[in-house]
Amino acid sequence: MNKNNTSIWTRIRSSALFLPFVCLVLVMAVNIIYDTMNGSNPLTFFIITLRDTTGNGTILYGRIIDILNRGSEAALLALGMTLVVSSSAGTDISVGSVMSVCASFCCMLLAGYGVSSTNDFNVPLVVGILAALILGCVCGAFNGFLVAFLKIQPMVATLILYSAARAVGLLMCNDLIVYIRNDAYGFLGGFCGILPTPIIITAICIVILTLVLKKTALGMYIQSVGINDKASRIAGLNSKMIIWATYVLCGLFAAIAGVVASSRITSADSNNIGLYMELDAILAVALGGNSLGGGKFNLAGSVIGAYTIQAITTTLYNLGVSSAQAPVFKAIIVIIIVAIQAPPVKAFMRKRAAQKQTVREGARA
Amino acid sequence: MKNSGRKINSNTVLLIITIVLFVVLYAGGCIAYGSKGFTHLQTFLNILITNAGLICIACGMTVVMLTGGIDISVGSLVAMDCMMIAVGLQAGIGMVPMIIIVLGVGLLFGAVQGYCVGYLEIQPFIVTMAGMFFGRGMTAVISTDQLSITQDINAAFYNLANLKIALPFGGYTNNKGVYQVPFIRVGVVVALVVLVVIFIMLRYTKFGRSLYAVGGSEQSAQMMGLNVKWAKMRAYMLSSFLCSIGGICYCLNTMAGSVQQALGLEMDAIASSVIGGTLLTGGVGNVIGSFFGVLINGTISSIVKSNGKLASSWPNILTAILLFVFIVIQSLFALYRSRKNK
Repeated sequence: MNKNNTSIWTRIRSSALFLPFVCLVLVMAVNIIYDTMNGSNPLTFFIITLRDTTGNGTILYGRIIDILNRGSEAALLALGMTLVVSSSAGTDISVGSVMSVCASFCCMLLAGYGVSSTNDFNVPLVVGILAALILGCVCGAFNGFLVAFLKIQPMVATLILYSAARAVGLLMCNDLIVYIRNDAYGFLGGFCGILPTPIIITAICIVILTLVLKKTALGMYIQSVGINDKASRIAGLNSKMIIWATYVLCGLFAAIAGVVASSRITSADSNNIGLYMELDAILAVALGGNSLGGGKFNLAGSVIGAYTIQAITTTLYNLGVSSAQAPVFKAIIVIIIVAIQAPPVKAFMRKRAAQKQTVREGARA
Repeated sequence: MKNSGRKINSNTVLLIITIVLFVVLYAGGCIAYGSKGFTHLQTFLNILITNAGLICIACGMTVVMLTGGIDISVGSLVAMDCMMIAVGLQAGIGMVPMIIIVLGVGLLFGAVQGYCVGYLEIQPFIVTMAGMFFGRGMTAVISTDQLSITQDINAAFYNLANLKIALPFGGYTNNKGVYQVPFIRVGVVVALVVLVVIFIMLRYTKFGRSLYAVGGSEQSAQMMGLNVKWAKMRAYMLSSFLCSIGGICYCLNTMAGSVQQALGLEMDAIASSVIGGTLLTGGVGNVIGSFFGVLINGTISSIVKSNGKLASSWPNILTAILLFVFIVIQSLFALYRSRKNK
């Protein structure tokens, strides 16, 4: 009986999703404790209500909805980042800048060059958004070319677009913030029925990507290239193309995130869209239990990781920490989480567990 | 023997390309904007003055990159240093104790990061990213105000910042007929001393050579009997320490503390090192290259400023293009080398 119990516990603990889940639960626990101490309903965190708003009609309202909504961009980026990390054992630090340039490009097309505020579209909305997505793919293809074909370390290769893309976005917008004052553009970052649209977009992206990875062999190919590039090539995979493809996908997701972020504020603010988002995305991947050294990946973990980060941020605001000071706590949490996963610490824990086991067996004997 | 000769050769070629590029860029600036005073020695000295902090930071970055790591916490550590100095001086702490405190905090900061990287074997990117968040957040915890350091607050620091060290050569008479003596500031002296010390350290000391060994191949270094973990930890400590020195130089320039200070400085430092021929994989590079990398960065922004009409985003784009060219050249060298070895 006892033995059976421990085995289930070990199985749960060794599952890839264990750590991200524990973090999420911890964050929720902090919320519950805080709400209880404050004298309000302990379950405030989980309550979702329908509310009438003046602008958007009846919408779902609640802290969880807010976290899902605000965490959409990070979750989208985390999808692409997971694939990149898995295939090339490196990170794409340009995603934040790519978000910005895609948003700027979209708004520039919609408003026309040099126009800083508009009510009507210069080109159809679909054209603007598609162009932004294509630009994202082009950025990804550029990064992928450098990494896969020229064998440059991913961080250095993406450093180029990290510093250039945002600057190009500024040029496109003529150093202005371009406002698109049109409800149709605000839809992507607004509400679709009772749900915020970003949540739906993210859900669709996750479902499509999961289906593609599970139903085709792409997911397995990416992992095998990440585990051993040369062996995969000898086994008949075009490993360069696979690495390249992951970067294109990462660029595409960055573009989607960029359009959503710009639609939220119905403008293209090149300086601020996607600022530091690459860090959140990388963090999400690491929190999701994925090794930054490449190889096996876990998409669900990354997504949960992204929402965990947003939950931490929201909780910190809830506790009254200012947005400028929140990074201190974020940093401490990150270090603790990553330190738990560190190989020497794991080895130490295993050693202790083994010692306990021998002691227990000795006692039984 | 022949092989290693070629290897050293191609690395020297990279350094030479960097230096030639700097000279070409600067000469181009002189030809295009000679009438705006680009040819004066002071223009060059101004590049040094503006980038004194960055030179120190780039030296530290090079040291870390030699071990195969990276330190992206430097920008926010500089912001934290500036804020500490601003708040400390306002609270009435003297200049010298404040500088010692800042350097001490830098060393401690580096020790924690180094311990995580070296002994806990966490990826450097993640550790220093946490350091970056921490530094920026801590700056806000210390104070969210924009503080400036005026003469009333600390005269000694103010005088140090405004101290002009005149050079005995290279003066010119400006269009009003006044003879201008070229000058540098204290930060430049500090930066150049740091540069020389780190250069000598990397080339001639046991510690410096062990950094190259660790970056070249961690396993071989371990088998050679080097304490890899300790070497890595010291590299991060040195980086944060140099970054604190750079932060003080930076503060002498800006005379202010603010949360938004030195945003993106880490990427400037990394770009300078990469342009200077340091490989992110470790084991290759030296600080002289990084020094010229910083100068190239500075020259580009000087040229854009001299033009006056170009948008402020052009320095970023030009640096990125340069980075691209350098990275491609480096990778072509590497591909060529691996093909030869086969």
